[in-house]
Amino acid sequence: MNKTIITVVGKDTVGIIAKVCTYLAGESINILDISQTIVSGYFNMMMVVDMAGAAKDFNTVADDLEALGKEIGVVIKCQREEIFDSMHRI
Amino acid sequence: MINVKEVVETNEMIEKENLDVRTITLGISLLDCISSDLDQLCKNIYDKIYDTAKDLVSTGNQISREFGIPIVNKRISVTPIALVGGAACKSPSDFVQIARTLDSVAKKVGVNFIGGYSALVSKGMTEADRLLIESIPEALATTDVVCSSINVGSTKTGINMDAVRLMGTIVKKTAEATKENDSLGCAKLVIFCNAPDDNPFMAGAFHGVTESDKIINVGVSGPGVVKTALESVRGENFEVLCETIKKTAFKVTRVGQLVAQEASKRLGVPFGIIDLSLAPTPAIGDSVADILHEIGVEHAGAPGTTAALALLNDQVKKGGVMASSYVGGLSGAFIPVSEDQGMINAVNAGCLTLEKLEAMTCVCSVGLDMIAVPGDTKDTTIAGIIADEMAIGMINQKTTAVRLIPVIGKGVGETVEFGGLLGYAPIMPVNQFSCDNFVNRGGRIPAPVHSFKN
Repeated sequence: MNKTIITVVGKDTVGIIAKVCTYLAGESINILDISQTIVSGYFNMMMVVDMAGAAKDFNTVADDLEALGKEIGVVIKCQREEIFDSMHRI
Repeated sequence: MINVKEVVETNEMIEKENLDVRTITLGISLLDCISSDLDQLCKNIYDKIYDTAKDLVSTGNQISREFGIPIVNKRISVTPIALVGGAACKSPSDFVQIARTLDSVAKKVGVNFIGGYSALVSKGMTEADRLLIESIPEALATTDVVCSSINVGSTKTGINMDAVRLMGTIVKKTAEATKENDSLGCAKLVIFCNAPDDNPFMAGAFHGVTESDKIINVGVSGPGVVKTALESVRGENFEVLCETIKKTAFKVTRVGQLVAQEASKRLGVPFGIIDLSLAPTPAIGDSVADILHEIGVEHAGAPGTTAALALLNDQVKKGGVMASSYVGGLSGAFIPVSEDQGMINAVNAGCLTLEKLEAMTCVCSVGLDMIAVPGDTKDTTIAGIIADEMAIGMINQKTTAVRLIPVIGKGVGETVEFGGLLGYAPIMPVNQFSCDNFVNRGGRIPAPVHSFKN
């Protein structure tokens, strides 16, 4: 298991989740959880994914998603789960 | 499982509140480089630092990429050079050659500072210590990234007043030697009392002789995060205030701990300590003075400032200590003037004086830091200011430091620009009365008694 958190922040439009999911499926990245919320008018989506099966390395996937985000007009970030775990869990 | 609110909170800290890891500092012992032949010594130093640190910057960048947290600086600290160069150096210029070696290898591996051009003279000076100290003006003027620190006192040994007097002159000479750059050399020179062996922050970092061969020390930061957290508890009592600082410090430190462990694992270098410091930068919103303002004083320096700083410093430690397995270094709120926009504003508003800053250093790390004073300030006056600050450290069993910049050719009312993380500073007035007869006495101030504490 190689858990990564993908966050998508921006204006809500049709098909954001679909596009991200399509990319992830193409790279054999398994989605473990999806949730979303609206923070100060912005759409915030979070995905917990497992990158253990991915052929590409972390940097490439992060770059690809960043580029995809630019295409859709949102900001997509990839971060390893540990940073959130260490900050919010004892 | 982590929920979306927690993810958003962390990312807002990073994106909007300047949360970052301030520095990963790789401490390297140079004791096994010692040779009585200067060229051989320099080669040994270059090779050891290069071999140990060549992956430091790329590893730091990769960790930063994967966790999405900025790691602002990657740095190196080495064994105090007076100890390493003693056998080979017969003159100040021999020591300068070592400084140049440090400069070139630091640039080669891509770190932004290398610390440890240092001497530990809290009780007495060896010939090598004296030569190194005398070489400081030229060493700092002819290198870019070398930082120097001199420990002139401690609670256990008292204060070496000969060294204090000498440093008054060396600070002035360093200012002269770098006057073309607004005396920038002095920004790379710190005078300590009770200097810690494991400090990751510059300009005072060195790799103490009590340390292992190499070690990773990490300095966290996050004044902006604390300030933002306090905005939500305006008007609440001290209990709520303190709890909020503690919880925030905990979260900030956990990130530092994670980065330190990751760096340690990837570089194959043991983890040393986390330095729990609130280190400001000139960026808007990254200011310790702004936290003091949020706690309730109009400007840093107003009545109540010392108490506000004392509680801030203590709560940061209380929150941070639980978040990290090992805490060390300086660990406290830094109050540099030039590196903190809120401090600069306070000085410009006429609220913050050198004397008030001295009082504030009694309750926080580290000391009189990045303070620009007129270029015509006398050597003896600088030595007197150093002696005062060292006395605070000695009596209160804490680290104190002085990083004063007498800006040659400039006076009170003018501003000096250092650039980058070092920021800019209004030149502050210095008390004009003389302390010549005091600092010229020579000898040592004895160690203080450890009882009858009042």
